[in-house]
Amino acid sequence: MEIVQRPYNSRELDAVEGAAIEALRNASQEPYPDPIDWLEEDIERSVLVSSIDLVIDWGRRFSVWPVNCGLACCAFEMIGLATSRFDISRFGMELFRASPRQADLMLVAGTLTWKMAPALKRVYDQMPEPKWVVAMGSCAISGGPFRDSYSVVNGVNLILPVDVYIPGCPPRPEALMHGLIMLHQKISKGTFSKKR
Amino acid sequence: MTIALSGEDVARRIGEHLPDAVTEFSETAVFIKVEDVLDIARFLKETPRLEFDYLNSITAVDYTEHFEVVYHLTSITNNHSIVLKTRCYDRENPRVPSVVSLWQGADFQEREVYDLMGIAFDGHPNLKRILLWEGFAGHPLRKDYGSGV
Repeated sequence: MEIVQRPYNSRELDAVEGAAIEALRNASQEPYPDPIDWLEEDIERSVLVSSIDLVIDWGRRFSVWPVNCGLACCAFEMIGLATSRFDISRFGMELFRASPRQADLMLVAGTLTWKMAPALKRVYDQMPEPKWVVAMGSCAISGGPFRDSYSVVNGVNLILPVDVYIPGCPPRPEALMHGLIMLHQKISKGTFSKKR
Repeated sequence: MTIALSGEDVARRIGEHLPDAVTEFSETAVFIKVEDVLDIARFLKETPRLEFDYLNSITAVDYTEHFEVVYHLTSITNNHSIVLKTRCYDRENPRVPSVVSLWQGADFQEREVYDLMGIAFDGHPNLKRILLWEGFAGHPLRKDYGSGV
């Protein structure tokens, strides 16, 4: 096994971090296409797979566990959604996991900066399939009021494929709930036989 | 409330210690020469009855033809405050003496000014970018940032 020499000096660490950010930034010029192309493919499925799908999708739909990903003020609306007033436990979603390995929904709540982007990408890569991404609020959708500024990512779809966009600045918990119900509808159309 | 000392009074006290260091003063602020910043900061911190033992903030303003570095000082002992300003006319390579040796809290704030405005602080123990990443091109809070330079 090759032994990788890790930098230990803080300036070298900064240089490594900066190089990673620049590399991600240069590689992320085009947005990921939204994963919707399979939504209309019902005809291709066989009867057997469909009935298994029905059960599996039902199970997935009501056990979507989000990963903790509150980046800015939208996080408070997300927290509000988890409280008893709005209560996402009704959908089996109350478990906000601190570990991406136990989660299957990334709720990107807030402004994503380029300095944070490699960390977000790494968390997403650590989540097991199947996984979904919700972009919550103007900043996550397009950069919002900070679009084209020096440090903000112009929408998380530059670095992750996004399933549902929830507009608002920030969206109220009702809007967030509506977006999550739409995500449930999307999951119910999925098929386990095909990797999304 | 903290009593804001008059700029004139503080300018007179500084003038007794170091003549010609004060270039200008207003009702609330004292403008000093950039090379005398550390000397005057030490004077303000250590002189009895001034004793500015707390640095509220360091910030910088880009006035296009010069940079202005602003220090907000407070004396917790005597419950008074003053604003200290200095001007930096060298746009290519602006340099200001660091006050980290007097107030530890200046460390991150000087790094922030360096990061976003591009003003170097001489004598700072660890002058590098704090908010943006290493390798970022330019200093984004300068007025000419992003205008084709």
